[in-house]
Amino acid sequence: MRPLTEEETRVMFEKIAKYIGENLQLLVDRPDGTYCFRLHNDRVYYVSEKIMKLAANISGNKLVSLGTCFGKFTKTHKFRLHVTALDYLAPYAKYKVWIKPGAEQSFLYGNHVLKSGLGRITENTSQYQGVVVYSMADIPLGFGVAAKSTQDCRKVDPMAIVVFHQADVGEYVRHEETLT
Amino acid sequence: MGRKLDPTKKEKRGPGRKARKQKGAETELARFLPAVSDENSKRLSSRARKRAAKRRLGSAEVPKTNKSPEAKPLPGKLPKGIFAGAVQTAGKKGPQSLFNAAQGKKRPAPSSDEEEEEEDSEEDDVVNQGDLWGSEDDADMVDDYGADSNSEDEEEGEELLPIERAARKQKVREAAAGVQWSEEETEDEEEEVTPESGPSKEEEADGGLQINVDEEPFVLPPAGEMEQDILAPDLQRVHKRIQDIVGILRDFGAQREEGRSRSEYLNRLKKDLATYYSYGDFLLGKLMDLFPLSELVEFLEANEVPRPVTLRTNTLKTRRRDLAQALINRGVNLDPLGKWSKTGLVVYDSSVPIGATPEYLAGHYMLQGASSMLPVMALAPQEHERILDMCCAPGGKTSYMAQLMKNTGVILANDANAERLKSVVGNLHRLGVTNTVISHYDGRQFPKVVGGFDRVLLDAPCSGTGVISKDPAVKTNKDEKDILRCAHLQKELLLSAIDSVNATSKTGGYLVYCTCSIMVEENEWVVDYALKKRNVRLVPTGLDFGQEGFTRFRERRFHPSLRSARRFYPHTHNMDGFFIAKFKKFSNSIPQSETGNSETATPKNVDLPQVIPKSENSSQPAKKAKGAAKTKQQLQKQQRPKKASFQKPNGTSKGADSELSTVPSVRKTQASSRCQDSSQPAGKAEGIRESKVTGKLKQRSPKLQSSKKVAFLKQNAPPKGTDTETLSVLSPSKTQATLKPKDHHHPLGRAKGVEKQQLPEQPFKKAAFQKQNDTPKGPQPPTVSPISSSRPPPAKRKKSQSRGNGQLLLS
Repeated sequence: MRPLTEEETRVMFEKIAKYIGENLQLLVDRPDGTYCFRLHNDRVYYVSEKIMKLAANISGNKLVSLGTCFGKFTKTHKFRLHVTALDYLAPYAKYKVWIKPGAEQSFLYGNHVLKSGLGRITENTSQYQGVVVYSMADIPLGFGVAAKSTQDCRKVDPMAIVVFHQADVGEYVRHEETLT
Repeated sequence: MGRKLDPTKKEKRGPGRKARKQKGAETELARFLPAVSDENSKRLSSRARKRAAKRRLGSAEVPKTNKSPEAKPLPGKLPKGIFAGAVQTAGKKGPQSLFNAAQGKKRPAPSSDEEEEEEDSEEDDVVNQGDLWGSEDDADMVDDYGADSNSEDEEEGEELLPIERAARKQKVREAAAGVQWSEEETEDEEEEVTPESGPSKEEEADGGLQINVDEEPFVLPPAGEMEQDILAPDLQRVHKRIQDIVGILRDFGAQREEGRSRSEYLNRLKKDLATYYSYGDFLLGKLMDLFPLSELVEFLEANEVPRPVTLRTNTLKTRRRDLAQALINRGVNLDPLGKWSKTGLVVYDSSVPIGATPEYLAGHYMLQGASSMLPVMALAPQEHERILDMCCAPGGKTSYMAQLMKNTGVILANDANAERLKSVVGNLHRLGVTNTVISHYDGRQFPKVVGGFDRVLLDAPCSGTGVISKDPAVKTNKDEKDILRCAHLQKELLLSAIDSVNATSKTGGYLVYCTCSIMVEENEWVVDYALKKRNVRLVPTGLDFGQEGFTRFRERRFHPSLRSARRFYPHTHNMDGFFIAKFKKFSNSIPQSETGNSETATPKNVDLPQVIPKSENSSQPAKKAKGAAKTKQQLQKQQRPKKASFQKPNGTSKGADSELSTVPSVRKTQASSRCQDSSQPAGKAEGIRESKVTGKLKQRSPKLQSSKKVAFLKQNAPPKGTDTETLSVLSPSKTQATLKPKDHHHPLGRAKGVEKQQLPEQPFKKAAFQKQNDTPKGPQPPTVSPISSSRPPPAKRKKSQSRGNGQLLLS
């Protein structure tokens, strides 16, 4: 377990900022204690300092996880955000998309969101903007990238993709092994 | 008006062919109640039968039947021989009453095939005889059916259908031939049974209580016959036999068959149960030891059926009310789990897969067995505590603890199985638990890795005999060595867990040990072992339902506090079998176990009040131990000053206390220190020590039981210095050690400040520990003798060693 290097931190923050923008600051400066990011086995964990101290006692090859895993660095040092970060992205998300109940299942299986399944979308979403996907009951289902801007979404035909799928909560069941 | 008449259901009456149609198995068979095969049954001609029937009618005390003409047709048709005995026995009713008529009388299901005697003493059935008698002439033409006799009560007073009469005739014939009904033969593998069953049947018939089940006393087939079933078990027969034997054993004196011992019945029952429920012999034997027979069958039945699906609301993300609403909207039929749970829901049925709803994926609930929620409730983790979950997979209990703590504090979730750890990671992330560190250690490596937790939960790996409904393979693949291996592992884990708890924690110091097994070897035995080996005691779990743990079981005797442990069974509580015990650790020191001295301790227990004088007396048995202990003490004493400042990460931070903090190697030192403390007596700094000791003791007094205090105070009286005090502290429970060391130390007279401090604590703890254990064993206490001579330089020790009686009780 080690702290992130500058480069890694930059890459990661850039990625996260795509979804929550400047709210990223809230992740770091929290009123209820200092939280930090730590790297372990190529994965980035978001954890409070108190917990990190306990985890420091555990040897590296026996430590499996600590706090919340945000994502992992790939072999080419790109940062990939996992669905496990959803709990922190959802409250601070700047651009949100709501999908209809019928399209929930499809999204949870890993498919993209079509125009026909689109319920609501935040105003002035630009194209390729990171968005968080919700159900109509305001339950966060995952996140993705807007394929079309809000304006375009209105014009496009029902079978067109409006949100590219990146991660969804169905992965807890479908890809349990890849979480760790 | 016309609707009431249903022509299709109209019953045919009269002598015609249609009237003789069968009315259904129940009614038909009921007529073939096993003929009363009394001793007198013999083959009679038709005329003889008529005559016999006439005689019976004439002699019947209470002709219950309403119609006198019944008598007329009866004699002609009745196989009198069959019922002669029965009638006489029953003595109440006319022959007709012995027969079950089909007329609208519902018979009890043929639960017992062997009812051959009519024991219908109680019932008077009004018999509508018209039809039966009318068709009597055809009786001979009716087929003979195999009899499946039911309680004769209903027969009484009912009319005889032709088929009944024919059956009766057949019965008589067969009985005369000494051959039982085919039905009865299923019960007894031997034909010899027949004659024997006769008399016993009658006895039963006379019994006041009509037991429909036992028409014929169950006869235990001889040993040779037991093998038959293995080849081709007829489950119906086996099941029937099981019920029979259980019934007999319930009232063994009255219902037993002469010449057969109880153990024969039990063996037969065991084999039958193993066959019927597919258990291995070993496990079934264990279960028979554990449950009374009636409960045993219920337990086995309960294991065939899965327990209801339950789930636990994740209060970090939602409320139970909202979740229930959302799930009901999806088409799930559910209810709150019970009064005892604020977050549990039980699912009756569901139109959607309950493990794949969007609410599940969003982490609003977790599928968890009801009994798995109990240990966490018992542990009651508080916010901002440090918790260790030693065997956490798949993470249900860990997440429950996290939600009770509201994501504050820290939980260290550990498991030894890497595969299952993945599910832990997945579950914890899904449920939004953020205060957890997940590690992959063997549980026995704690507390070396990290210790000093406020609370520890140990859900030990077990044989799984409580969750047979989930995994039927357990029925056959567990045997003696599996159980013992599990028990061994559990003991090791429990000791490690105890060592990982910080006794001086402000809010905690608790440990919950639980298993999903019902075996005593894995539950009470392990807990009892821990009580002896560590400074812990059992406390109430806070669960107000559930069966109490056993304090004794067969040849084993456990500590009485085991009553506060709780057992749960599938058949009584409708949840998986479980065992939960909650410990409180009251001292961080590890008692030194005395290997050889345990037996010798007994005499010492008595001496406590007078530490010094007694130590000499009691020392004799401990001589050996003392010798050994002395050497230890010597070493320890030398090491002690260094260890004085030892502090375990456990967090024992008090000045003096810290020295006593549990150290793996401290055992010996503790032992020695204990001895030394008490032995310090003599003139050195007694005053100082006294104050220190008293100070220490006073510190501890809240922890200690009041009795100890009293003992302590009492002991202050004697002129001895601090040593006596320290010893007196110990004395209430097991003084053996304390007493001895004192004597020993007197000559030594050297008291090191640090050690002094430590010693009083240790004997103190020991006493507490010993007290709790309450075993009749003698000097269990780890390092009994506080008077260890470890303090003084070796030279002195030798002196003390040569003292003879005054030897330290060093373990």
